[in-house]
Amino acid sequence: MKKGGKKRGPIWEVFRRLSKRITALIGLGIVLFFLILALFAPLLAPHDPYEHDLAHKLAPPSWEYPLGRDELGRCILSRIIYGARISLVIGLIVISIGIFIGVPIGVISAYYGGRVDFIVQRFVDTMLAFPGILLALLLIAMLGVGLHNVMIAVGISTVPIYARLSRSSVLSIKARQFVEAAKAIGASDVKIILQHLIPNSLSPIIVQSTLHMATAILWAAGLGFLGLGVSPPTAEWGAMLNGGRLYIRVASHVATFPGLMIFVTVLGFNLLGDGLRDALDPRLKT
Amino acid sequence: MSSQYIIRRLLIMIPVLFGISIIIFAMVRVIPGDPGYILAGPHATKEQIEQIREQLGLNKHPVLQYLLFLKNIFRGDLGTSTRTGLPVTKEIMARFPNTLLLAFSSIFIATVFGVLIGIISGVKQNSKFDYLSMLFALFGLSMPVFWLGLMLMLLFSIKLGWFPAVGAEGLNHLILPSLTLGANSTAIIARMTRSSMLEVIRLDYIRTARAKGLAEKVVIMRHALKNALIPVVTVIGLQTGTLLGGAVLTEIVFAWPGIGRLLVEAILSRDYPVVQGVVLLVATTFILINLIVDIIYSYLDPRIRYH
Repeated sequence: MKKGGKKRGPIWEVFRRLSKRITALIGLGIVLFFLILALFAPLLAPHDPYEHDLAHKLAPPSWEYPLGRDELGRCILSRIIYGARISLVIGLIVISIGIFIGVPIGVISAYYGGRVDFIVQRFVDTMLAFPGILLALLLIAMLGVGLHNVMIAVGISTVPIYARLSRSSVLSIKARQFVEAAKAIGASDVKIILQHLIPNSLSPIIVQSTLHMATAILWAAGLGFLGLGVSPPTAEWGAMLNGGRLYIRVASHVATFPGLMIFVTVLGFNLLGDGLRDALDPRLKT
Repeated sequence: MSSQYIIRRLLIMIPVLFGISIIIFAMVRVIPGDPGYILAGPHATKEQIEQIREQLGLNKHPVLQYLLFLKNIFRGDLGTSTRTGLPVTKEIMARFPNTLLLAFSSIFIATVFGVLIGIISGVKQNSKFDYLSMLFALFGLSMPVFWLGLMLMLLFSIKLGWFPAVGAEGLNHLILPSLTLGANSTAIIARMTRSSMLEVIRLDYIRTARAKGLAEKVVIMRHALKNALIPVVTVIGLQTGTLLGGAVLTEIVFAWPGIGRLLVEAILSRDYPVVQGVVLLVATTFILINLIVDIIYSYLDPRIRYH
């Protein structure tokens, strides 16, 4: 937030506060584990995630295939490890779309106020009038199915949330003395927005992004499960679960493990997000 | 005062409804290709496409097209499904009651369990019960609803045989889907009730009630709960709306014949009139529920009306 160079500063302080909470540390551990899986998938996966072996389809867990094999005889563990990459990319892109479109909208809306704010907020209201995953589904109906479109759709669905959040955060900062001072010495609007308003409203946005990473992974997997996401044979957790769903009676492991992985990863981001919220801004604690 | 509040609240609703209708109107016009062809479906004859072009005024100015679109909505005409050839209104009305039933039974379960767990956790802050239930609440928030549904089906239908796995014939069929859909809301309501309870318990009037020598039960049930539940009402309302949208995944898992499943089927087969109809219905219902919740809220907490 402040220009770098001074000691270890705020990041160290946040980590120190974070480390006092066991749940936040567990969350951090899960997130790191997920990142390692995603980054080093080719090194960690025991088998080729796309290699078919129909003779051994739906085989239960064994020493060689610890999580068993799926409906086409592929190694479920390897597919889950590779699936982490897709989930990571989905999460990062979704959040980037939300932040890069939503934050400027919210900041401009709050900074200029008046008519601009009114119009922007009615637009945000309209987007928020689509409950949950519905806006993403509508966008997919328009854009067509596919992984890229799922990311765009989920990303755009999060725009109004970031817009609201950054707006309220800027509104509370706008009246503070340092902003007044910047105005008084003749700083331009762009400079005030970029140098003062955005950096000082970052902490709720960081917390929200961590929690949104959880939502993004969850929603994208949901859309994959509905058959609206990746095209086969891509190893994506939601699509894997959808494939295994049909064999739930005869080979429940095919659907169980990808779902468990989604659950644990989402839990990790939620725990970390909760912990970050308490560490960055205790006032937001629920 | 309160009627003024309701009128103001209704006025705010208008631009939002307007916005929704524009988005849905624009939807088929943003997609590359001729809207007449898109709305008539891939198997339509030339005459059918021409008929739809005529009906929607596609040769006219976009503003006129939009007004015609609104007029059709108000007449209850949402077009014809390209998949079944039936009127969209008919398709939706055949399914909507099922989704409402599922959403309301889920919110009922979520409210009963969520509020109860939240109160106990709040009153017994930092107890084992508190830690465990908040941990479970976090599990509930992180659980992919489609996976939970499958796991419940695996345990209770396939292994134990207590409930049927799919379909919608009776109360027995409703239990697993409702538990699945309600899990996430139970967690949210429990967390909200707990934090609201914790906030209220620290207030002066509770200290006064305790100082008067009232029994703890009376203090909690009669004094604290009333105020603590006010914000919870809002969350319950919001969750009811969210469940309508969230029912999509649950309906697919349990083959529940609701509008969520209808929507996914429509998206996969590019049945745009049905997509438009379902989205319009769910978004409007969501707004109405929010309106009702806000009005209830303003009665429960008179301060709101004076803002």
